[in-house]
Amino acid sequence: MTLRIPRRGMAQALALIIILMIDRLVSPQFFNLHLQDGRLFGSVIDVLNRGTPVALLSLGMVLVIATGGIDLSVGAVMAIAGATAASLADTHSLPVVIASALAVGLACGLWNGILVAVLRIQPIVATLILMVAGRGIAQLITEGRIVTFTSPDLVWMGNGAVLGLPTPVVIALGMLLVTAAVVRGTALGLLIEATGGNARASELSGVGTRAMILSVYVWCGLCAALAGVIAAADIMGADANNAGLWLELDAILAVVIGGTSLFGGRFSLVLAVAGALIIQAMNTGILLSGYPPELNLLVKAVVVLAVLLAQSPRLGDLSRFTARWRRTK
Amino acid sequence: MTLKALFAASATAALLLATSASAAELTVGFSQIGSESGWRAAETSVSKSEASKRKINLKIADAQQKQENQIKAIRSFIAQGVDAIFLAPVVASGWDAVLKEAKEAKIPVVLLDRDIDPAGKDLYLTAVTSDSVHEGAVAGEWLAKTVGGKDCNVVELQGTVGASVATNRKKGFDSVVAKNANLKVVRSQTGEFTRAKGKEVMESFIKAENGGKSICAVYAHNDDMMVGAIQAMKEAGLKPGKDILTVSIDAVPDIFKAIAAGEANATVELTPNMAGPAFDAIVAFKEKGTVPPKWIQTESKLYTSADEPMKVYDSKKGLGY
Repeated sequence: MTLRIPRRGMAQALALIIILMIDRLVSPQFFNLHLQDGRLFGSVIDVLNRGTPVALLSLGMVLVIATGGIDLSVGAVMAIAGATAASLADTHSLPVVIASALAVGLACGLWNGILVAVLRIQPIVATLILMVAGRGIAQLITEGRIVTFTSPDLVWMGNGAVLGLPTPVVIALGMLLVTAAVVRGTALGLLIEATGGNARASELSGVGTRAMILSVYVWCGLCAALAGVIAAADIMGADANNAGLWLELDAILAVVIGGTSLFGGRFSLVLAVAGALIIQAMNTGILLSGYPPELNLLVKAVVVLAVLLAQSPRLGDLSRFTARWRRTK
Repeated sequence: MTLKALFAASATAALLLATSASAAELTVGFSQIGSESGWRAAETSVSKSEASKRKINLKIADAQQKQENQIKAIRSFIAQGVDAIFLAPVVASGWDAVLKEAKEAKIPVVLLDRDIDPAGKDLYLTAVTSDSVHEGAVAGEWLAKTVGGKDCNVVELQGTVGASVATNRKKGFDSVVAKNANLKVVRSQTGEFTRAKGKEVMESFIKAENGGKSICAVYAHNDDMMVGAIQAMKEAGLKPGKDILTVSIDAVPDIFKAIAAGEANATVELTPNMAGPAFDAIVAFKEKGTVPPKWIQTESKLYTSADEPMKVYDSKKGLGY
């Protein structure tokens, strides 16, 4: 009897369920929900709501990683977009504010894309530039202080609700659907995977790899900008020093937990978002548990290790091997 | 390089001008860490205004968070022959060589806001710092006094794990909790000194503590986390400042807005005026030879709604917080 190889997504679904169960154990009221000011209120909603920025980042990141690249600048782009939105919020209408923030994200993505696709700079180096400089740009916009705003429209982007669900969650869901429709509804996803699988072979068979790479970085910048606007709206202010700090690493982790290889090629949008939710379910669980904060990072590391081990192809071989060994015995 | 040379030249020119204008006027070189936070920016602007109040010529060198830049700045101050050097050290160690040079040049050095390794004690004149253990204790004592003898479950938003300020502010608060049996810290997590994390952690505290009904007070290691926590309480339908008491540390302008709105109760000031006492010490040292104590502790003033919060807000908002 051979062990059936788990279908794609099983490991992530299982991990999410197990973590949610553990959350329920450490905090009995975890699944409780009630309406508060027209908005659902409960720890599960917190997981969705707090997971939104990383989920949005991972939507862009997964495409970049599928082409064999990486974008380290998303956290900094969040800070720039948040700073832009916050400085305009009280003097301009919401569409103008969001359009400006997205334009900033687009410009950042274009910059990264040109460095990688046109100038052929290694992605990790190319995006490192904006990762470092971007935070400085954000600080220039905010003049080093936390720029607060009161515009109810922008606050709604972070704290409002649509049909009881927090606005950020609805936005992230919308972005997932749009991204999925664009890359899976057309051949685009396949071309991106081809670029990541073997750029030269794809180029020779007529795939515009340069355009592919450029466009995924632009999309990544847009997603990061949206995440930045939401993060700023959430705290009614732009904190250039801390907004999106280290979130690029969480986004990469979410993509990796979602089973997409850093070498590029096959990718899954839904599983990347699931990865973001796994990370957040764990974070929220740690906060609810009451363990001393010194343990936070340790717990996180152990859980991530477990999820990644569960996906390891070698570990699958090992279980098949032990099954065979048992059979022969 | 040319830009740097230009700066150095103009600085020297300024120095020459200053010395020729008045022989008695003091020139102080201040090696500032950089613009790491709003408080730092406020410290810089208060230093400037305190200097002009005393007609002291202050030269500020921004080190952009790098020790080598600070060392370079100190060497350049020594070369310019300033009357005193202020140093806000970015790290605690590695200052021996350059401080010895200052000592040999007979230029007194005053540390601002942060201390250096005890080995360097004889290399500086005095250190003007706040006592962060004391800040935590002031916050704790306000809470103990406000709740009286009633039982009070406190949730704590800690600063970044491992940061000495966070450790000390916790220590000071805990010392008061230990003396008052009615106070109990039921939950304590890190909000990493940021608004976003403060909000997220408070959201979980509220859920874990019976919708916030069993929380009597929040103690945050800085005001920014408290601003986030206040939003979390409001979104959960609670009334911060009434249902749940708040006390935090730093006294940044935004917390005064919250205090004025009745959404926050108290804050303990980490004064940005470190340079004022340092100038006074230097003037006394230069004119009368008075050697100041090795440590000048700044006041950790408590502000509540009784202290005209909007007035304080107006006086602080232009400082660069």
